[in-house]
Amino acid sequence: MKRSLTALIAGSLLAVSFTVFAAGGAIEGVEKQPINVSAIAMFMIFVLATLGITKWAAGKTKTTADFYTAGGGITGFQNGLAIAGDYMSAATLLGITSMVYFKGYDGFVYAVCFFIGWPIILFLMAERLRNLGKFTFADIASYRLDQNRIRTFAAIGSLTVVCFYLIVQMVGAGQLIQLLFGLEYNYAVVVVGILMMVYVTFGGMTATTWVQIIKACLLLGGGITLMLLTLAQFGWSLDNLFSKAIESHKLGEKMMAPGSLMADPISAFSLSLGLLFGTAGLPHIMMRFFTVPNAKEARKSVFYATGFIGLFFLVTIVLGAAAISIVGTNPAFFEGGQVGGKLIGGGNMPVMHLAKAVGGDIFLGFLSAVAFATILAVVSGLALAGASAISHDLYARVIKKGTASSAQEMRVTRFASVGLGITAILLGIAFKDQNVLFLVALAFGVASSVNFPVLILSMYWKGLTTRGALWGGIAGLVSSVGLVILSPTVWVKILGNTAAIFPYDHPAIVSMTLAFFVTWLLSVTDKSARAANEKEAFEEQYIRAQTGLGAAAASAH
Amino acid sequence: MSLPSIQEKIRGNPKFAELVGKRTRFAIILSLVVLLPYYTFMFFVSTQPQLFATKLTEGGIVTIGWPIAALIIIGGWLLTGVYVSRANGEFDSITAEVLKEARK
Repeated sequence: MKRSLTALIAGSLLAVSFTVFAAGGAIEGVEKQPINVSAIAMFMIFVLATLGITKWAAGKTKTTADFYTAGGGITGFQNGLAIAGDYMSAATLLGITSMVYFKGYDGFVYAVCFFIGWPIILFLMAERLRNLGKFTFADIASYRLDQNRIRTFAAIGSLTVVCFYLIVQMVGAGQLIQLLFGLEYNYAVVVVGILMMVYVTFGGMTATTWVQIIKACLLLGGGITLMLLTLAQFGWSLDNLFSKAIESHKLGEKMMAPGSLMADPISAFSLSLGLLFGTAGLPHIMMRFFTVPNAKEARKSVFYATGFIGLFFLVTIVLGAAAISIVGTNPAFFEGGQVGGKLIGGGNMPVMHLAKAVGGDIFLGFLSAVAFATILAVVSGLALAGASAISHDLYARVIKKGTASSAQEMRVTRFASVGLGITAILLGIAFKDQNVLFLVALAFGVASSVNFPVLILSMYWKGLTTRGALWGGIAGLVSSVGLVILSPTVWVKILGNTAAIFPYDHPAIVSMTLAFFVTWLLSVTDKSARAANEKEAFEEQYIRAQTGLGAAAASAH
Repeated sequence: MSLPSIQEKIRGNPKFAELVGKRTRFAIILSLVVLLPYYTFMFFVSTQPQLFATKLTEGGIVTIGWPIAALIIIGGWLLTGVYVSRANGEFDSITAEVLKEARK
């Protein structure tokens, strides 16, 4: 199993399965590379620009609404770019290209799996999320249910996903930066943690949004430029590109059709369920729907985001296929100059080597800086989602029962952001050189089996009660975490047992089903007066969800 | 006017039922148009991989698997456009009418 580098990159959503399934050499003991001056210079420009934006954003961040949702004043187009920036990570770029490089067509199938949740989020969730939510997804989950128990549980679900992701991102950041920039691991983790704290603590959602927008543009621009440079080398002919790839690939013609990765239908189904509905249960993604003024803009956001994400996936597929012949036949990119041996820097490096092969050192430096920027944008989104779960859900609503002043809540938010930043740095250092891949499966398992069921049922099912939501959530949490521990990744590869007790790496097929079943069973059998009130309150929620009547409006500036 | 009475009026307005019915049907149909081909695709990828190895053109290089996967992505995106244009046009204007009539 690939370890450190893969793991670190895996932090992002996309990384999940790529890392779990991607072939490629082990990456243990990534060598620290010589210091890459052009990459660091370009990254410094990005940091200075984003710090400037943070300063500007800090001036605009006065109320809790400014902090959590940028005052609801982001346009659909901007939010679409920011969602794409939140979702496309270094792992998209490195992971998908690496999958195509090693496995051919199977990489494309993964890209499709990571994409397909977006249209569904639009059709079933986007406008209801916007109409019902204010700051966090717990607002919706606890809309007509018990404010203490359901909100606390939803906040715990958010924080669990955020923490798993943050660890993976931090470990990934440390390793990627060590590899691309030639900086020490610990130093890189501290830099990422501090920048994240600065963006979130001072600039809140406004700064985070713009960091994500800039990063999305850089990543798209960089990817497309690289694709054009690459296609020029093949005389702008995809036929030419693929025939060279088949000649160079060890699978030969077989790389053009599905191979071993998806051979087990149940495993493939569980993976696709987890990715489809896990995406719809990621707190930092859900939160982005509250930054636009109304449902109209929320829908537009998903349209633009889906377009950018789809385009980027298609670009990465071309890059991966091109790398097969350009990188795969050049001894300069293999350890010891042995073509077909271990790639320098590990199995996730094909696209970076491709950048060097067609664009030289300057372009490699640019792409490295983009990868770093990408990690920063993703961790900032995560930290903001975590901080709002602590300050808005746990502090303001559960502990203070809504009596906290805006100033008090802001103070708690800032402490929470700093606390999360320090936690992320410490965990990043603690998990150095660990195989953290299982955390990605965990994050998706929890998102699809804890967050998603309560979210979708609270919006669609009148019969949902506090008792059902709570026990269904607990069933989802216990089963998703338990099954990941019993899965091949953890039980065999980490704990060293001979055979996995649960045969699939992604638990969704069991844990999601169980969560929905328990929620349903304990809701329909709940005959308490509270349950009756909760069912009655659905009417008001339903009208608001459908029409936007009473929905949180953009704050005036 | 108080919120509950506005809500009662919305509930009683046949246009509201029309809005919800149309939009729900539309969302479900579009979801199926995305999910059925996707799961069919996944099913054949894992059980009948050789189907995807057919060449796109006689004697060509590219197999039909690549354009099929690309079509799922591009088609999914185009469908989001279809939904947004109808929801932001037709559905939102019915919503605006319903809200306006309820506030009278």
